Amino acid sequence: MLNEVVISAQALVKQFKGQGRIVTAVDSVSLEVRRGETFGLIGPDGAGKSTTTRVILGLLRRDSGTSSVLGFDSMRDVYEIRERTGYIAQQFTLPGDLTVMENMRFFADLHGIPRKLQKSSIAELLKFAGLTDFTSRPAGRLSGGMKKKLALACSLIHRPAVVLLDEPTLGVDPVSRREFWNLLGNLRAEQGLAIFVCTPYMDEAERCNKVGLIYKGRLIAQDTPAGIKKMIPGHLIEFKPARFEAARKLMTGMPGILEVQTYGAMLHLFVDEVESRQKQIEAVLEGQGIAWSGMRVIQPRMEEAFISLVRRQEASENGQ
Amino acid sequence: MVNDTLMPGNTAGLAGADPVVAENLTKRFGEFTAVDRVSFQIHPGEVFGWLGPNGAGKTTTIRMLLGLIRPSAGKLSVLGFDPVKETKIMQAHVGYMSQLFTLYNDLTARENIHFYGRVYGLSRKALARRQEEIIQMAGLEGRENTLTANLSGGWKQRLALGCAIVHNPRVVFLDEPTAGVDAISRREFWGLIYAMANKGTTILVTTHYMDEAELCQRVGFINQGRLVAIGTPDELKQTHMRGQVLEIDTPEPDRAVRLLKEAQMKKNLPIDEVALYGAQIHVVVPSADEFLAPIRQLLESEGLLVNTIEWIMPTLEDVFISTVLDPSEKR
Repeated sequence: MLNEVVISAQALVKQFKGQGRIVTAVDSVSLEVRRGETFGLIGPDGAGKSTTTRVILGLLRRDSGTSSVLGFDSMRDVYEIRERTGYIAQQFTLPGDLTVMENMRFFADLHGIPRKLQKSSIAELLKFAGLTDFTSRPAGRLSGGMKKKLALACSLIHRPAVVLLDEPTLGVDPVSRREFWNLLGNLRAEQGLAIFVCTPYMDEAERCNKVGLIYKGRLIAQDTPAGIKKMIPGHLIEFKPARFEAARKLMTGMPGILEVQTYGAMLHLFVDEVESRQKQIEAVLEGQGIAWSGMRVIQPRMEEAFISLVRRQEASENGQ
Repeated sequence: MVNDTLMPGNTAGLAGADPVVAENLTKRFGEFTAVDRVSFQIHPGEVFGWLGPNGAGKTTTIRMLLGLIRPSAGKLSVLGFDPVKETKIMQAHVGYMSQLFTLYNDLTARENIHFYGRVYGLSRKALARRQEEIIQMAGLEGRENTLTANLSGGWKQRLALGCAIVHNPRVVFLDEPTAGVDAISRREFWGLIYAMANKGTTILVTTHYMDEAELCQRVGFINQGRLVAIGTPDELKQTHMRGQVLEIDTPEPDRAVRLLKEAQMKKNLPIDEVALYGAQIHVVVPSADEFLAPIRQLLESEGLLVNTIEWIMPTLEDVFISTVLDPSEKR
């Protein structure tokens, strides 16, 4: 059933209490993930990504709200959920002294898969993960990228309908990161799995078909990557000023400039209208004798959108 | 303090001299060649990205530049010094920060800066002034008396950078300084990098984030110990991308990927890579002009609606992967 809701959270709250204070790690989060969707929960460290994931899986108790996986309640139906979901915890490590094959068998046994069935499904998963030639290598001696792929294969051994991955590409180099995401793409395209991924990497958000931006426990936006980028008003002009700080001060608060972001040696300006504002910017820079190069209009990426949305959130909190 | 004008071989004062020069730099560990005849220069005040997969030889290169390990062969010069023979003098002018930076959690931010300043041999008087400069530079005002243990990841990272440059080095080596740090903190950190570079500091930085690599003025790609490409990000996109990228927008991306993979497997079309990007698909082909129409035709002949199909600029990540991955030995 396409469009079936696989993961659901409504007004989910999780608080941690200790040392006389209460920290709200997950603050009224509502989200939905449907079959065939890759949902990215994106946000900085400490924003509440892992806690949200653990509450949904029933590994932590929620304080209020509802959450369910495949219609099973996170708190009541923990075992039903566990049988039907794959999960890779953050910095999860496989037994390093077991070989690739032994690891696969170990996880198959844990899930109570009969030995007879194991043979074909393990072979299939190893092929999928590109590990067929490494079956007798101890997991501890695999490269970082291969370890992640093995972890993914192990999490799929019981043919789950949904997988939840908590920062699965942490510390992995770009080549392996791309390969890992290609595997996730294949899972979605070929098997229609629902995939829930937590990541701090904005470029990975572009590989999801739905994204939730989480910040300080709150979901501040939830949409397709294209939809999120559309939430940012105006157009983005990029240029490299010769005197960076002076130019930045000049541009901040200038009429028609909605927001100023820095990007290495470059300035990113969100403007309400391109043509007239570009002329205005050039005139102001010239007037102050500041040279510049490479002025052009660019498409905002997820990262620019995220920074802008977070700032807006902070401004609205501070304003009240 | 060291008086560099008296130092033999120090050409750092000469206009135009490159602060970092490596010629046929090689490091072997037994049978294994970690760095293999690598040559490059970094220009004064440049932000140079040193990129490669895990185990490519990035950190080994930095350790040689720092004089921590001896090259097996080749020449190396940092600020005109020989890192092997003039280690101590060179280190007085070089800063280093790794992803495993060590800060004392039970000291405050200011105390950490003070401690590192003393280690680098700054006088108390010089340090009193320098300390405040660092606090300002790193944006730590208001947090200077906070225990380091209570600082968040982004603050700690900026404090670590402050400690690494307390002695005002002219060259700074940053080994994955932003690993595990969120997007907003990474932006701020890159602001600091450019603030240093604008004051003439030369910077070598390694990173796993290709979007950060785009921020470098020049980058070198190292793979299996060899330098495989060097240039500005824009140059590399034009010269080192094998094939061109087509972006396809369709209401049925999953089915389109299956069709394209099938065509790739059956070798009906010379497709290098098919990857799902959210609702879109990226396909790498030898020529966008030549294969745009056949790909559109293939999808439409299966009854698939193609909203748009267009040739897009590769990202530096596309180029990196294309450069380090030989198609004959895809992992």
